[in-house]
Amino acid sequence: MKHLLSINDLSKVEAISILDTAQEMARVSDGPMKKLPTLRGRTIVNLFAEDSTRTRISFEAAAKRLSADVINFSAKGSSISKGESLKDTAMTLQAMGADAVIIRHSASGAAQRLADSRWMSGAVINAGDGTHEHPSQALLDAFTIRKHLSKGADDLAGLRIAIVGDVLHSRVARSNVLLLSKLGAQVILVAPPTLLPVGVESWPCTISYDLDAVIDGVDAVMMLRIQMERMNELFFPSAREYSRYFGLNSDRIRALKPDAIVMHPGPMNRGLEITADAADGARSVIVEQVANGVSIRMAVLYLLLAGSQEIGATL
Amino acid sequence: MSLVLPAPDISRALTRISHEILERNAGSSNITLLGIPTRGAHLAKRIAEIISKIEGVPVQVGTLDITLHRDDLRMRPPRALMPTMIPSLGVEDRNVILVDDVLFSGRTIRAALDALGEIGRPKSVQLAILVDRGHRELPIRADYVGKNIPTSASQSVIVHLTELDGADEVLIEGGSE
Repeated sequence: MKHLLSINDLSKVEAISILDTAQEMARVSDGPMKKLPTLRGRTIVNLFAEDSTRTRISFEAAAKRLSADVINFSAKGSSISKGESLKDTAMTLQAMGADAVIIRHSASGAAQRLADSRWMSGAVINAGDGTHEHPSQALLDAFTIRKHLSKGADDLAGLRIAIVGDVLHSRVARSNVLLLSKLGAQVILVAPPTLLPVGVESWPCTISYDLDAVIDGVDAVMMLRIQMERMNELFFPSAREYSRYFGLNSDRIRALKPDAIVMHPGPMNRGLEITADAADGARSVIVEQVANGVSIRMAVLYLLLAGSQEIGATL
Repeated sequence: MSLVLPAPDISRALTRISHEILERNAGSSNITLLGIPTRGAHLAKRIAEIISKIEGVPVQVGTLDITLHRDDLRMRPPRALMPTMIPSLGVEDRNVILVDDVLFSGRTIRAALDALGEIGRPKSVQLAILVDRGHRELPIRADYVGKNIPTSASQSVIVHLTELDGADEVLIEGGSE
């Protein structure tokens, strides 16, 4: 594995090995010394052509805990806002000796383009490309679910997980459906028909339009953010109506199984897809997801960068 | 391939090492055994069992993975991480005994000292090894040695343990003997 572009590129064994590695990395983050010398002398570029809080900071924290040097590069305040192309940006990074580029871009396929091109030789990590994929988010979600619910198993066999909300614009949903089903979980997408993408029936999951019919049978419920910034038409009549049918509130929390967990990739629209008491309640693992994100990203950086690529690295 | 250490010799060596550890540290109350995965971890567990049988009290034993501190990471494909399990009393102010199967270049032990330094500050660090095959590349020596086996650099020393390989034996492979 040279790049992390899509969950599709990972086998089940590779995915589990990333989760296992992250588990050991979490131990480092819990310890008194949060820094390892493993990636000393490596340069990692955070190329964020789209806004992000937790993903960028999470990758930066992960790289720094492994002693890599991090260069942050965002669209605002860089030449991307002057219209510089991805190619020119990539060649600049290559000239500066970047060992890895973590890219977030509004265009689906941007990370793949960067990896397939000869513009740069380093590893490419997809941190979200348009409405396509966000593999490190899916890995951290799988890690969180495994930690709480797998009862010691190394995969997610037999678990039922509902992903609720704006599937149409969500790269998190696509990566999660692929990964969670690969790990043996049964995934149910819950959304109004207007917020489901074309071709969703070919995804490895089932589909429901009724949250209340699903909620009492799942082990984890993952709420998705309504992505107002990507919505250029009307997908539901009103925010109030959406919350009533698809929002997670205290009544629906009470309907959950006793050990079920509540997840959200963030950032949340409190009061729209999730109420404040659901987001902050005892079942919520939303803050823990952020902590787990650092461990997962340490694992990904370690597996992609620590070894020699010349020897034909196997994960 | 030739057999240099059969099962009874391994068991005798571990028993002797256990006694030496007790003698040097005046009992087992302040010692913590840390095995380096994978085979060192099993050896540490065995030494702990022998010591607790002699002393009649349980011994602090755990594992210490050193992968993230290796200096040859860049030369090889990425390795899977093994579990690190520090026993309940930690390492702070304890006599820590690192346990591994073969002492060769000494680079693993250097990495282990770095890994240990990140967990705490032991009172002392000692090294117990089943086979010392020579060819050190760093100023490191073992405090407790099961057997010194002179080898040539082209040979490899293979340690088999019942827990993993179904039998206890140490073999030498290849090279001129």
